[in-house]
Amino acid sequence: MWQALRNELHPRGFELVTVGLDTLGAAGCRAFIEAARPAHPSLIDRHHVLADLFGVINIPSSVWIDETGMIVRPAEAAPAPPRAPGSPPGFAPPADLPQRMREIMAEAAKIRRDTAAYHAALRDWVEHGAASRFALAPDEVVARSRPRDADRARGHAHFALASQLEIDGHHAAAIAHFREAHRLVPESWTFRRQAWSLEKVGDGPLARFWQGPDPARPGAWPYAGDWLADVRASGAENYNAPWRP
Amino acid sequence: MLLRSLQLPRREFEAGTGWQFKPEGACRGDACIPLRAPVGDPVDVAAVAAAIGMPLVGAPEHGLWALGPAAPNARALASAEAPELALPDLDGNTFHLSSLRGRKVLLYAWAPY
Repeated sequence: MWQALRNELHPRGFELVTVGLDTLGAAGCRAFIEAARPAHPSLIDRHHVLADLFGVINIPSSVWIDETGMIVRPAEAAPAPPRAPGSPPGFAPPADLPQRMREIMAEAAKIRRDTAAYHAALRDWVEHGAASRFALAPDEVVARSRPRDADRARGHAHFALASQLEIDGHHAAAIAHFREAHRLVPESWTFRRQAWSLEKVGDGPLARFWQGPDPARPGAWPYAGDWLADVRASGAENYNAPWRP
Repeated sequence: MLLRSLQLPRREFEAGTGWQFKPEGACRGDACIPLRAPVGDPVDVAAVAAAIGMPLVGAPEHGLWALGPAAPNARALASAEAPELALPDLDGNTFHLSSLRGRKVLLYAWAPY
């Protein structure tokens, strides 16, 4: 859906750059990128530098950058484009989906998506550029970017360390630093989801989406929270901040 | 920024952190922090990180350290100017975000999990 939107807007001076945030790098992202066959740049970010540089705390999210290289909207939730009338239905879960995955999908369905407002704004910006009221002034862009105090900056360092330890094969050492990153940057869903996804349950296509204790050995789960518990605790409707014009 | 040693060539420290060493101290853009001792080459990362207020964490048993991002204004963005972003594609070719100047860009973060 993003690709169709990109292809439509590309002749009007627009480009989409997708970045897969994954410590597992190309090995983690390849199947998804090859299936999408993107015509736009599609990049791999093993250490979540998008979090360091732009304040990304969740996926999917977007940053809008104008022709001169100025950010006009900082990181914010980016809902998928509206489905075209008559397009085929989306993913239909198989009948034998485990109960946990059903519950995850039920929570995910409650997540706020300001699709119409976001995409109307995007089209307005592509059409009108700096004159669009959705292109924010530089001071507003900085003010709306995520808070970063000393603790959060330290949390980012722990995350980078953890992801490299994971890459180097020191999984147990990585966990300790992922936990520190989670404690110091509690608002980051990507820091948590990344770490949870590395605790694979089984080796099927759902292994990285399980994001919680293995029912066969629940005591082995090394993290304070998990996807279902954390989303329920904060409320799925609060997973994304409301979109602001 | 990840480090395999706490003694880092000056050029690498400057390129990796965005800080530059000048006679008036460690500088980012127009803002400079005076340093008590002159910075050598290689840079003593622990001393300089403490002086500029960059968090340094380590797993010394694995010979690995990480410097956290500087946040002089307590926000993720120091300014609205997009920082340079250089990341590989699936084939390992590095792409520079700045190569798209002249176009509107939507930078989109996703994950396979």
